Amino acid sequence: MSAALAVQGLDVVFDRFRALKGVNLAVQPGESFGLVGESGSGKSTLLRAIAGLAPAAAGTISINGKQLGHRRDKAFYRQIQMVFQDPYGSLHPRQTVDRLLQEPLAIHGIGDGERRIAQALDEVGLGSGFRFRYPHQLSGGQRQRVAIARALILEPSILLLDEPTSALDASVQAEVLNLLEEVRNARGLTFLMVSHDLAVITHMCGRLMVMQDGEAVEQLAAADLVSRKVAQDYTRRLLTASDGFVRSL
Amino acid sequence: MSDKASTLLEVEDLRVTFPTRTGAVEAVRGVSFSLGRERLGVVGESGSGKSQTGRAIMGLTPPQAEVSAKRLAFDGIDLLSAPPATRRALRGGRIAMILQDPKYSLDPVMTIGRQIVETLRTHEKVSKAEARERALDMLAAVQIRDPGRVFDLHPHEVSGGMGQRAMIAMMLIADPELLIADEPTSALDVTVQLDVLAILDELVSERGMGLIFISHDLRLVSSFCDRVVVMYAGKVVEQLKASELHKAQHPYTRGLLDCMPRIGSDRHPLPVLQRKAEWAA
Amino acid sequence: MSEMPLTRREWLLSERPATRRQARLGRAYIGWLRFSANRLALIGLFIILAFLLIAALAGVLATHSPYIGDLAGARLLPPGPDHWLGTDDLGRDIYSRILYGSRWTLYVVVLVAIIAAPIGLAVGTVAGYAGGWIDAVLMRITDIFLAFPKLVLALAFVAALGPGIENAIIAIAITSWPPYARIARAETLTVRNSDYIKAVQLMGASPLRIVVRHIMPLCLSSLIVRVTLDMAGIILTAAGLGFLGLGAQPPLPEWGAMIASGRRFVLDQWWVAGVPGFAILIVSLGFNLLGDGLRDALDPRSGDQ
Repeated sequence: MSAALAVQGLDVVFDRFRALKGVNLAVQPGESFGLVGESGSGKSTLLRAIAGLAPAAAGTISINGKQLGHRRDKAFYRQIQMVFQDPYGSLHPRQTVDRLLQEPLAIHGIGDGERRIAQALDEVGLGSGFRFRYPHQLSGGQRQRVAIARALILEPSILLLDEPTSALDASVQAEVLNLLEEVRNARGLTFLMVSHDLAVITHMCGRLMVMQDGEAVEQLAAADLVSRKVAQDYTRRLLTASDGFVRSL
Repeated sequence: MSDKASTLLEVEDLRVTFPTRTGAVEAVRGVSFSLGRERLGVVGESGSGKSQTGRAIMGLTPPQAEVSAKRLAFDGIDLLSAPPATRRALRGGRIAMILQDPKYSLDPVMTIGRQIVETLRTHEKVSKAEARERALDMLAAVQIRDPGRVFDLHPHEVSGGMGQRAMIAMMLIADPELLIADEPTSALDVTVQLDVLAILDELVSERGMGLIFISHDLRLVSSFCDRVVVMYAGKVVEQLKASELHKAQHPYTRGLLDCMPRIGSDRHPLPVLQRKAEWAA
Repeated sequence: MSEMPLTRREWLLSERPATRRQARLGRAYIGWLRFSANRLALIGLFIILAFLLIAALAGVLATHSPYIGDLAGARLLPPGPDHWLGTDDLGRDIYSRILYGSRWTLYVVVLVAIIAAPIGLAVGTVAGYAGGWIDAVLMRITDIFLAFPKLVLALAFVAALGPGIENAIIAIAITSWPPYARIARAETLTVRNSDYIKAVQLMGASPLRIVVRHIMPLCLSSLIVRVTLDMAGIILTAAGLGFLGLGAQPPLPEWGAMIASGRRFVLDQWWVAGVPGFAILIVSLGFNLLGDGLRDALDPRSGDQ
């Protein structure tokens, strides 16, 4: 059986700065895998390198057993899609929701746009009333739903999620997380999700990898994290920090 | 007289109104609370008016907006009727504010040390040498390991956590009695966040300051503050002791607490906050 | 619809447009509201509309022929009931010549805009999006054009191509695209790393598609504003070339050429050079006011939240 997503010895270098140092990762089909770390840990860089938005200096990335070349072909983008962190920055400000959803269909020459767009909007709980709105007429949560609809409209099997809820209010976060779980269950998607919030990751993912300074600290099952069976001090520190403030005295 | 009884700040029926093309929008709609020498958390989601409340107390409301209140008094001084000079003297002197991102609140072309010295010298008559001495002490107090080096650095040369500590040092140098912190740690990593909070906590209790801690993070606030004010749509929906947050009555507070994922509780799907129109009424 | 019928204004300002057309019209209406709130911009728009109307109806409005004058009886007459704006040294009616001249001015302005703006837009967006050596090459070429004063460069081109209004247009167009390229490149650099461009890349869109369909529309509004503001400059450059005898050739009633031929009499018969000068002034002012208004209405940074 081949992994849905396998990364081996991946290095990413920006101007002599090594943002990723030999990272290995294997995500099984249908799995939801989390990447946790603080800023500068390389977790977002890993996601972007897989998507082809950051250059890989060394190492290999394979999707469903097929190794990716330097250039991604069109078929690749039908297998992997991504949802970005900032819902205010990831939608083109001059395009209506309709236009935003039409674009991927047009690029891949997929017909039947009317039905697909209506269906995609329904799936993310927006309905057709939102179809001809511009992004500035939407709230943060609604924008993120549009971004999810856009990622799903090409029917990918793997979804990369880059802090999809960290810019949202807590109540909206819950709605978006529920939506993500719903579509994952309905479509049998594989998730690779980045977050700085351990609670969000343990809620959403079965396994996770803790990262620091461009390296993997440890990989463990979410259940182990919950029962505090962690091997590394850094992971323990993150875990303590997520409990909130403790007055020392 | 206990600490809590000596009221530092009184806010009664505070309103902040912004004029827009489609009519006036009230961002804060009749907020009342009082503050002693304690840590008060103000919690709410975006658009709840929590930041505008802090800004109105500080006198940093944008000029086109209108601020009104039955009473807005700091240590007996009525802030709304006070002349601008008095307000300026209070601002940064007896009342200080820390903002979310140090990148935007520190002057990028001035060294950190000079900014702290300038702040001190606008509020107190001290010699340059003494000001420098006190600035270095203050940098040490916010647990910057090498104050002499950081003193001569520009804001862009330090990390986010270090910048926020420098910001705290700058705000606390004039020994304010009231500190308003608007999401002071939201831009920081979790581990750094707790360090900064620990410093803030120590300084506040050591110096007997009043603290208004504005945040969207209910969990953080409840672990850090003595008392919590929950805001929704420009109004206070609930005030309660931080330790009794789990006994919150208002459905909004309860919903907000409930909808956050928690480590070790397996709830699929997460309960969703059902907003009711009457909360905003 | 079963609900209460909407007024046209409510329909346009609706936050939930039901069709593509309503969304587009609503957006245009908000732009118009912003534009029309500026009184000076409305004056500018009025001047330009009047200018267009005059150019279209010159044949109807003119009282005399613009080319044939009365050499014997009507040379250098001051403004009067027969010749409302006087006559020139060949006895031609200046009022009629100004009306016909508006066509040439319009011709120059529109053609220059149609040639220069797309060149600038294409060069700027491609340079900005591609980066690297493509950017370096395109921008150095732009710098070379920018290094010369516009009129001098236009003069050189016209001198090489030969005098005439078509060549003047080509020369002005060649000299006026570099600033547009700079603007378009600056705009492109601010958006190329945004997540919404990354998202389109992630859909597998080709670079050409990204530039044409996603980046160019964002550069368009600042470019339109700049072109409108430049219209005055284009008119003046064309007039300058005409004045130097390198633009429109006699007997074409081009405004710059009219000033040139009137300059000999400017002290005694001021109207010969003064009237076309005034026409240039008014139209330039109109374009400038319009451009300012458009900037407020179109600028994506203002008001779009």
